[in-house]
Amino acid sequence: MPSPGQMAEYWARSRNLMITVLVLWFFFGFFVHFFVVALNQITFLGFPLGFYMAAQGSLIAFVAIIFWYAHRQNKIDEEFGVAED
Amino acid sequence: MQQKDAFIANLGRIYGIYTGAFLGFVIVLAILEQLGVPNRVIGYLFVFLTIGVYAGIGILSRTTVVSEYYVAGRRVPAFYNGMATAADWMSAASFIGMAGSLYALGYDGLAFVLGWTGGYVLVAVLIAPYLRKFGAYTVPDFLAARYGGNTARFIGVIILFTTSLVYLMGQLTGTGVIASRLLDIPKEAGIFVGLVGILVCSMLGGMRAVTWTQVAQYIVLIIAYLIPVILLSAQVTGVPVPELMYGQVLQRITELEQQFGGPGGYLEGVKAHVAPFTNYDPLNFFALILSLMIGTASLPHVIMRFFTTPSVREARKSVGWALLFIFILYFTAPAYAAFAKLEIFENVLGKDISTLEAVQQLPAWVFLYGKIGLVTVCGEAAASADALFKACQAAGVETLNYANFGIHKDVVVIATPEIAGLPYVIAGLVAAGGLAAALSTADGLLLAMANALSHDIYYKMIDHTASARRRLTVARVLLIAVALLGAYLAIAAPAGILTFVAWAFSLAASGLFPALVLGVLWKRCNSQGAIAGMLAGFGVALFYIVATRFYGMPKWFGVNNISAALFGMPTAFLVTWVVSKLTPEPSREMQEFVEALRIPRGEVLMEDARKAE
Repeated sequence: MPSPGQMAEYWARSRNLMITVLVLWFFFGFFVHFFVVALNQITFLGFPLGFYMAAQGSLIAFVAIIFWYAHRQNKIDEEFGVAED
Repeated sequence: MQQKDAFIANLGRIYGIYTGAFLGFVIVLAILEQLGVPNRVIGYLFVFLTIGVYAGIGILSRTTVVSEYYVAGRRVPAFYNGMATAADWMSAASFIGMAGSLYALGYDGLAFVLGWTGGYVLVAVLIAPYLRKFGAYTVPDFLAARYGGNTARFIGVIILFTTSLVYLMGQLTGTGVIASRLLDIPKEAGIFVGLVGILVCSMLGGMRAVTWTQVAQYIVLIIAYLIPVILLSAQVTGVPVPELMYGQVLQRITELEQQFGGPGGYLEGVKAHVAPFTNYDPLNFFALILSLMIGTASLPHVIMRFFTTPSVREARKSVGWALLFIFILYFTAPAYAAFAKLEIFENVLGKDISTLEAVQQLPAWVFLYGKIGLVTVCGEAAASADALFKACQAAGVETLNYANFGIHKDVVVIATPEIAGLPYVIAGLVAAGGLAAALSTADGLLLAMANALSHDIYYKMIDHTASARRRLTVARVLLIAVALLGAYLAIAAPAGILTFVAWAFSLAASGLFPALVLGVLWKRCNSQGAIAGMLAGFGVALFYIVATRFYGMPKWFGVNNISAALFGMPTAFLVTWVVSKLTPEPSREMQEFVEALRIPRGEVLMEDARKAE
């Protein structure tokens, strides 16, 4: 078992990762779509970009964010010796 | 034990063979159709063979072990749990209805696409790993352990039951509609055909049976969803990748809208498909996304899927797989909508209908679905060329235009095989996929409700000394009881009840999300705070929905009641915080419990689950 000090640092690192993920989530879930009208002026792969972001771009980002998070959190777990065997 | 591990080790081969066999089955049916076997027989083969396979998996997975029944023995690898979660998640509404909503709402409909996918990010970072570490059998289990006992458990059960029951009714209705169309029997009989399949599958094997059936159902539903639109894309654009090619289709739609959308044009009154905020204002658009996302992260039948993985690490990865499998369907749905819209704008609307001969030139699918009332022209069901001609003559309409054409949202997906001129076997395949989507979601919901009653109410609150055998018997009896209740309500309730499904998200988000998240993130959160927060959040959301829907209360800030979580959830967070601050902090042991939740290493924390292993 890690010491209380290590435990606090483990949780601080995990929490920072959590906050990073939530910021990315907000960015792709909401923030980019605030600018849909402007983005629709740009054409991407034949799509208006604003439409594309809501229909595909943000979804791809969500999938990537979760796998990235799982990978990073696992790294932190291993570093602090709290990963499962 | 040995046998089970052999099963897990061979999953890839088993489901590979299964997928090949399913494709072979579709090919055999296609050959039978060419040999002149009637459509009705093909419909029967589709329904009974697929339901038969699901039931067979259920029987093979029967179990008498409590932890197998409740959490599939915590042995489901991340990849397969992802598939099962995707099937659990994607309901009849996703499979059949979503493309139609996107057809009708254009860009604004993408709020559903974003909301129903982005929620998984929250599941991954805030919910799944911690509840898996705890080792819960049900979501109320966690509430009881963290918030000191049966009051929190009972409130959790009430919220779980309310949200899941309306959702289940939606699935059973969907099952009934699809089965009745394929089998040519009344909808009520169709509901019971589906119900038998659901019960045989889940009753004997609980979560274990539901898991392996849902994986099989995911394979059927995703094949059925992709094939028609891939073939249609190849026809229209020459490239069989609809997700990439519908950009061109959108451009053509926009050109047609600009060319014919003005006064006197046949598309007069049309809303631009790619333009935002034509149906929802920005506040409602983003409020809907938020409510659906938080609701996704709070629905018990989804959360409980992550109790079945072998480890916390696998639980996190599993959320990624789940979203990837969901993504495959959700990023295809807007392509369905675009291809259908182009077909209608180019080959149906703008056509001359001033003579009967001209009307007979319209595509055959218009009349096929007009016959069952899903396509209306000039205010009447387009049952035949004759009926359409008469109705439009009476209305003085000579050119078929946007204002006089109505299409039910379910038609967009179901009619695609006919739009592409594909044989009936593909239409049967789509129906089998819709059936798989409805059944897999119904399985998960039914199990969530029955487990809450048998584990939380019966075992934890009524008879804590019940033997494992007795607990499983009670669980099975309650499963049948809940299934019959759902079927009765689905048949008895008025049609408008289906709008309730959308409200389930706001109710779950307001009632459960703050208690689940603060339980892990905030050690100072205590029972009084969480209980008050759950009641306040759920109460506010329920009040807003009921008052605006049934008592004509004006909307607050113009927010639609589908997004009631916009008020309920902040209330719950605030009340939980204030009441926790005003009451004593949780015990030392409780704070240590929260610390143990946060680290993956170590055995599961739930005492009952530890004993069972």
